[in-house]
Amino acid sequence: MKSRTWSLAAGVVAGLAAAIAPLCAQAQKQRTPWGDPDISGAYSEFTTAPLERDPSLGTKEMFTPEEHAEFAKRRLEQRFDADDTEPGTQEDVHYSMGQFGLSENEGVTSLNLRTSIVTQPKNGRIPPLTAAAAARRDARAAARRGREFDGPEMRSLTERCIIWSSTQPPILPRGYNSNLQIFQSPGYVVIQGEMGDPRIIPTDGRQLPEKLLPQWNGTSVGRWEGETFVVETAGFHPDSAWRNASENMRVTERITRVDEDTLEYEFMVVDPDTWAEPWGGVYPLTALDGLLYEYACTEGNYGMANILSGARVAEKEAAAQ
Amino acid sequence: MSRVVTATLLALLAAAPASAQVLNELPRASNGRPDLSGVWQTINTAHWNLEPHTSAYPVLLELGAQFAVPPGPGVVVGGEIPYLPEARAERDRRFENRLIDDPEGKCFMGGVPRSTYMPYPFQILQNERDVVIYYQFATAVRRIFVDGKDEAPLDSWMGWSNGRWDGDTFVVDVSGLNGLTWLDRAGNYASGNARITERYTPLGPNHLQYEATIDDSTVFSRPWTIRMPLYRIVDQDFRVLEFKCEPYAEEKIYGHLRKPGTAPPAGASSQ
Repeated sequence: MKSRTWSLAAGVVAGLAAAIAPLCAQAQKQRTPWGDPDISGAYSEFTTAPLERDPSLGTKEMFTPEEHAEFAKRRLEQRFDADDTEPGTQEDVHYSMGQFGLSENEGVTSLNLRTSIVTQPKNGRIPPLTAAAAARRDARAAARRGREFDGPEMRSLTERCIIWSSTQPPILPRGYNSNLQIFQSPGYVVIQGEMGDPRIIPTDGRQLPEKLLPQWNGTSVGRWEGETFVVETAGFHPDSAWRNASENMRVTERITRVDEDTLEYEFMVVDPDTWAEPWGGVYPLTALDGLLYEYACTEGNYGMANILSGARVAEKEAAAQ
Repeated sequence: MSRVVTATLLALLAAAPASAQVLNELPRASNGRPDLSGVWQTINTAHWNLEPHTSAYPVLLELGAQFAVPPGPGVVVGGEIPYLPEARAERDRRFENRLIDDPEGKCFMGGVPRSTYMPYPFQILQNERDVVIYYQFATAVRRIFVDGKDEAPLDSWMGWSNGRWDGDTFVVDVSGLNGLTWLDRAGNYASGNARITERYTPLGPNHLQYEATIDDSTVFSRPWTIRMPLYRIVDQDFRVLEFKCEPYAEEKIYGHLRKPGTAPPAGASSQ
């Protein structure tokens, strides 16, 4: 973590529009040639708002611009300014998330006066897991304990190139590469995360089938409600377990153009097996001046080989002692 | 009498589900170009071998008849791929090592043109500006820049595609391929120097003629062409389901790094 490129500038300038244009701003009437609202483009998911609110803020939803400036500076410093890492730790040898334009202090980050992405419940915090969900989580952890490095199937879905929390619905920004592309054609909207699978969402009026085959990203149908694109998703793979959710999770996403450079992304999650109440949030997607390029995860997954071979070496060394 | 028949026919037509996807005339986009949108797939054995081939043993004898290689007349115009002599030897070497080396077995993206005739569906979406293709296998994606002039900024598995309309034919120039993909399960290949010219021509509402010309003077003595029809999948409300092939390739790729004494999941960890 030796890079100190404090290049907030690009992100802040690009994000300024989002901060100045509050979410209630008049949406521009951009239309596709076939008459749907035009939400296509490449977007950054990075925003200065944290997922959950600092509990000390209570139900305070918005910062003042002055409070926000101080908060955003502190947040980016904390996350990416780790110059004095301890030798021999992962932080010391891992490449900096602040390099390569991957992260929120290098790329496009929207300024966001919200104190949290989560807006429901009112305290801006994800509701606690139900007892059943906590039991599922603990059982999964117990099944892995002591076997974390046995074989590829014991590693996380992300390390295995199967699914990312930044690309499956609901979409939430994560540490790096939090970009997505929206493509529209008559009858379809495609949402594709940079590191994830395209969700090819029909908008031809079809409903979600009652019986759904489990899919890692669920199955989605979309519709237009005025200027807003509404997506309903259900039928998740039980091992997707997004934030310990069950396969019965249902996600509603609402995407609305706010201005030329900004979409508002709103989501609501319902899964009584996991959370006693629905929860959701909102954050801006900020236009990127560029394209999303191919992300070949499996094809270049040296990490998996290195993790497993490292574990084998460690075992041999332990046995020799 | 004929009027009665006509009325009956009309009534029958009216009763047909409105969303039935069997089309009767060539669909066109609002700009007048053919609309290639839809889910397509080949029906041939090109994924086994582009060249004419008789049936053959499976790559592992234990796999038995259901994994034997089915015969096929080939899709190469002229029948044989014009390899340079040393390149043909390399093809033969790859054939011998196909069980280990074929990137398909590792769940790697198929590249162009192989992704087109792998035995999986792919979906084309089209608007006035661009065409995108989503392949089921390895979730490969191609964005085709219509009238685009840019070159690939770096090589990739699916390459860089610039498209243009030549009458009713959609022509795609593909470059920037990384040369790590194969052309089929028989070891046929091109290098990273290859430039591919694809031609998608509607033969009717539910068929496209697909052609790909492969130009790579480091491997072939002249450019050569494959040709095959693509068939529209007409099942109602058909969706290209996820085919996450990563779990099925893990033991093949990483099995030698597994902790001694542990076993891979017994085919039941997922799906």
